[in-house]
This record gives sequence, structure tokens and C-alpha cells, in this order.
Amino acid sequence: MELNTKIQEFTLSVFTENTVGMLNRVTIIFTRRKLNIESITASNTELKDIYRYTIVVKTTLDMIKKVTAQLEKQIDIHKALFYTSDQVIYNEIALYKMPMTSDRNYDVEAIVRQNHARILSVTSEYMVIEKTGLKEETQALYDLLKMHGLLEFARSGRVAVTRPMRKLNSFLDEMEAKTNYDTDYN
Amino acid sequence: MNYQNKENIRGAEAVILSLLNENVEHVFGYVGGAIMPVYDALYDYQDVLIHYLTRHEQGAIHAAQSYARVSGKVGVCFATSGPGATNLVTGLADAQLDSTPLVCITGQVDSRMLGTDAFQETDVIGVTMPVTKWSSQVTRAEEIPEAIAKAFYIAQSGRPGPVLIDITKDAQFGLFNFQYKACKRIRSYFPHPKLNIGLLDEALKMIDASQKPFLLIGHGVTISKAEKEVKAFVEKTKIPVASTLLGLSAFPSHHPLYMGMLGMHGNYAPNILTNECDLLIAIGMRFDDRVTGDVERYAKQAKIIHIDIDSAELNKNVFADIAIPADAKEALQYVLPKLKQKHTEDWLNQFAQLRVKEQTLIDAQLYPGKGKVSMGEVIRVVNEQSQTKPIVVTDVGQHQMMSGRYFEFNEGRSFVTSGGLGTMGFGLPASIGAKIASPEKGVVAVLGDGGFQMTIQELGTIFQYKIPVKILILNNNFLGMVRQWQQLFFEKRYSFTEMHNPDFLTIAKGYNIQSNKVFERSKLESAVKEMLASKGPYLLEVDVEMEENVFPMVPAGASVSEILLGNEELN
Repeated sequence: MELNTKIQEFTLSVFTENTVGMLNRVTIIFTRRKLNIESITASNTELKDIYRYTIVVKTTLDMIKKVTAQLEKQIDIHKALFYTSDQVIYNEIALYKMPMTSDRNYDVEAIVRQNHARILSVTSEYMVIEKTGLKEETQALYDLLKMHGLLEFARSGRVAVTRPMRKLNSFLDEMEAKTNYDTDYN
Repeated sequence: MNYQNKENIRGAEAVILSLLNENVEHVFGYVGGAIMPVYDALYDYQDVLIHYLTRHEQGAIHAAQSYARVSGKVGVCFATSGPGATNLVTGLADAQLDSTPLVCITGQVDSRMLGTDAFQETDVIGVTMPVTKWSSQVTRAEEIPEAIAKAFYIAQSGRPGPVLIDITKDAQFGLFNFQYKACKRIRSYFPHPKLNIGLLDEALKMIDASQKPFLLIGHGVTISKAEKEVKAFVEKTKIPVASTLLGLSAFPSHHPLYMGMLGMHGNYAPNILTNECDLLIAIGMRFDDRVTGDVERYAKQAKIIHIDIDSAELNKNVFADIAIPADAKEALQYVLPKLKQKHTEDWLNQFAQLRVKEQTLIDAQLYPGKGKVSMGEVIRVVNEQSQTKPIVVTDVGQHQMMSGRYFEFNEGRSFVTSGGLGTMGFGLPASIGAKIASPEKGVVAVLGDGGFQMTIQELGTIFQYKIPVKILILNNNFLGMVRQWQQLFFEKRYSFTEMHNPDFLTIAKGYNIQSNKVFERSKLESAVKEMLASKGPYLLEVDVEMEENVFPMVPAGASVSEILLGNEELN
């Protein structure tokens, strides 16, 4: 029971139709329960016309189960699944814009090397550095570059794939198999 | 008449033809700028698609809701863009909570003007999203039949709910070749779970092993038309049954195994014994907080079997030992032949003993004998004087609880009330929808003086269409339920609950509605008789006790077993 009420980080995979207003339908489920979304990304999936929202929230197991059920209830949502952080492989991407100042470039270059980041673009005024990794890693690089005159910073939401060997297709087939389509309403 | 195909027609006509393809006979609505093309098309079909012009869009949607609840069909309403559409919001929220199938069609500004703050433009999809089961905006005529077909499928499949289709004015004017195809399936939507035999067999074992089983039924029983199956279940097993407010009339109230209503103002025994049973079997209900009281102290001693078609309701408020996503009727049909009679005599005896405790209170409410007329007394008299049981429609408040407690029901779909949302103003327009859905039955609208005045304009609709509903106003010159709480929990500080009311008889006269007012007990019976015998619409106002309280009561935050029989138990 203690486990159910402990606040932890969950990653949700929500598979939807690509309809106008879908993002709104997804987020109001969180809004009405006053849950703050840590990050959200949308992308297409391996299945045609099915989109995937990857949502990170911090809440209890008890709550995430209810939210997932309410998400799945939405007409245009195929399936909603939640995972704890150890059940998914995930990453984020961060971009850092640094000034070109002759006295500091050497330090920055060293930092880039040590952090396995890479330089995306260089102009006479600035350079843009890219780093892919966990939030802690992109944050560590941020802290270092901040000391060297960081101009601009942006970090993406989480993208994630799951560890269990189960395809979305099989979930959808299972849902269909469990559904009775025989009812005639007229 | 074939409505399935028609060449080169406008989107507006396609709306009408689509409705006819869905066998819609009645529409409630209010015309306005952005929905005018639809109304223009309706002009040619008014003999086959009968339209009722209400006096406010809220009236239209409440009428449509009640029409749906009484008929079991989808309720349909029309409204214009902007204010027309926003006036639907309360009804949508009400229908969403009370699982009512609705298709609402709203006009919208021209698609080229969307998002520009055009005249009477509102982001209706955005506004209504949290209170609809589904919604969609249509900007091209060609999309209309498919959108409406989907709307009807979604509204009535699985757990029913309200759907809104917003159609831009240019889509209503657009020409195309119409073809209608009903929707049978949506790939991302799984509304109707197949029976899970394994779970049902486990449930049967649990029922078999129980000593003190208790059956709770809700609106889902009515929606899935499982009234007969529930009766057979109860009669075969001898398991006592109680109903939620929305489940009322799904089970005959005079049945010896019927224990009454659950919840805050429900009956004494079923509330107390919820916390003493060893098995709760909940069918088509969702453990609303008005039913459970303090959920942390709700039936903790019992095993729980929960059957509901909406999986999101399972384990939401109350954890179930066996949670079964299923249609109530199908689940019951499966278990019925496998059930055995249980020996519940001692258990039923516990209910009977507690009922005796409540009887004194019931008698005082129904036969006060002195003082002003009481609310319960009026309902008793209407009940006694009705040769055939009418459809009872209520507003929200004390009169609603008294109606739930004291009307007797012997047929399904004969009690229509706003449960989940508790919408004051629901009653009067809802009585219109009930009567149109079931013209052969009597319809009595029981209203308080507060709720009546929230949608009083619908007297105009009743007048225009000569809808013979019987309007019963229990007037205590207070917003009674709030006043009761102020008395019990706010040191009798009656903050803005007293009402100085106009002369309702004069108002009724203006609408040419026959009316009468009763002050004295001795005149009550004859006045009720006259109301029930009248041919047309009739308004009967009864001047009732001003500070009567509804008891029993489970105070907010209390457990169901802490239900009170009267003020004196409160400290």
C-alpha cells in the first residue's frame, strides 16, 4: 500500500489518432486532477497514422492507474500505458548557444569533449553545442557552460521506448479481441 | 421514404437527412445566425423531424436529456454559435455525469473566419471538451454524414454520453452528393467489452461463499435494459437490493427484497448495513461520493464485486476484489442460470429491524398531521392519487430527495433527475422531454421554488406546444437544501437562501396554464386530484413548511453507518 501512495516518476506512452485538438483532450485529463506534466513530446509511431505522446509526470501509482484508465477512455486514444523509469529507455536532447570569445574557446572545447557533446554550428559570433542524454547529464553540461557565458539553452521533452518486448500492434489486437461489435443501436 | 442518398444538396440538408437516417423523430433547439441554414433545411422536413423551439438553449438540452432517458434513444438538440453553444454547457456536463446519450449540433462561423474573434464566435470545441464524450468540428459539407454517424455511434455505445458536432456556416451551405452510412466501429474505441467468463465465474464463487451479500444497482441497469435480469437475480438468490438515486425505478419499490435508496439521504438500513455486509455486488453504478460518504470507511469489511461497462470506473473510487468490465444485462444473463438461492433470512431480518427504526421518521414526514403541509406528505398524496404511475421528473434539492424516497416506481425509466451534476433548473425543461418521449404516460414535474425559477421561461414552450405536464411546486420560500445545511452546519446563518417569490399563479395565467395553490392540508387531496385529472398543462403550488429538513442524512465526511435520523443526533 505504501508503494501505491509514494510519489515517483512515470513515463506514459499514449497512442492516439492524429485529430485536431487531441493534445488538449490528453492534457485536460491531467489538468482536472491538478497534475503537473514534467515533459511532453509527440511523434508518429511505427504504425501508419498513429501518434505517440510521451508524457512524464511525478505522482503515485494509484493516481497514474486512474489517469491512464481515463486517458484510454477517450474515443481517439488507442491505448495508454504507464511505465516506471526502469521500464523504459529514454533520452532528451539539449542545445546550448555559446559566445565566440577568443580567451574561452579552449575551455569550452574541452568541456564538449569531456561530456561527449558535439558542436552543431559555428559562426563568428557563437557556436551551438548539442548533447543527448539523461536530464542529469544535460543538466551537468548546462552547469559547466553557464560558467562560460551560456547565451541560450533549450531542452527537449523525453522520448522513450519500452523495455518489454511487446509491440503496439499486439495491444491493439488484444483490445479488439476483447470488444463486442455486434450491438445494433437502431 | 429513402433518405440514404441524395445528389447535389447542401450540408444543411445533409444534417437533417443524417438525423432521419438515425431514426431521429424529435429535436429540441433554438435558432440563430450560424445555424440558420440547418433551420432552413428543417423547414421542408418539419413533418418527419418534429422540432420544439424552447425558450433558452439550456431548456433545449435538458429536454433532450430527459427525452433520451425516458425513450432510451439519443436526444438531439440544435443551437447557434457563440452564446447558443455556451448555453448548452450545463446540459452537456449534466449528460456527461449521468451517462445520457445526446447529439448536439451547433452552428459555427464561416471556416475562413475561425479564430478571428468573429461575431458570435466561440471556441466551442475547446469550451466543451471536458464535458463531452466526443466532439468534432466540421468545415466541409462532405464531412457531415460521417461526423454525424460517428456522433450517434459514440453517444449510445458503451457508457453513453453527450457528443457535440460544430458545423461552420460554409459547410452548411456547401453542395455535395449525400450518402449515409451508419458507423459500426471506430478503430481507437473499444466501447463494449466481451464477457470475461473467468471473472464472472470467480464472482459466482464469491457470491456462493457469502453469508450477508448485498446488491447495489445504479443507472447502468436502466441503460443496459437489465431491469428484468436484476429482478430475476434478486428473486432467485434472495439477496437484498438497494438503488442509487439514478438507479431508481429500475427495480419495483414495493418488492419485499427492495431495501430502498442508498446514499446521503437514502434509507437507514441500506446505509448502515453497507458497513456490515460481507459482500457488495455493485452493478452499473460508480460509487459516487454521495453514495459512499467517507470512502475510507466504506464497506471495508466486505468483499466487493463491481460490474460496470466503463473500465475507468473500476477501482476508481472504491477498490473491487473482482472488477468486471461488462454490460450489466449480459453479465447478469450469464450468471443467472448458475446462481443458487441463498439463506438470507437472518440477514433480511437485520434490514427489517433497522427499517422499524426509520419508520417513525417516515411516518412523521408522510403524515405530519399538524403544522404546515410537509414535502413528503405532498408526494405521498400524488403517489396515492395516481391511478397509473406517472413519470416523475424532479429538479434538485430537498424536494428531489423526498421524491426519491417516497414515490413508488413499478416500471423502469419512470424517474428522471439530475444526479451527478445536481443541476438546478433541470426539472421543468426535462418534464417537456419526458412527455414528448412518452406521450401516453402522465408526467409530474416536482420542483422547488428555487429551481423552478431558474428555467421558468420554459413555461413558454409548454404553452406553445400545449404539453400536458403537471407542474408541482413545493414552495418553502427558501433554497431549502442549502438552508438545511446552514441550519445544521453553519449555525443557522441563513446567508442568501431566503426567497421572495412572485405570484406563480399569475405567471401561469400569463401562459394560459391552469393553476391552483394549496395552503391547507384539508385541500391538498382534492387539489392533487384536480391536477392529475386535468387534460392540459397544470401548475399546482403547495405552500409547504419553511424549515423542514430531509432526514435521514449522512453528513459530509461521515461514514454511511453514521447516518442520522434527525437533528437531535447532531452536536
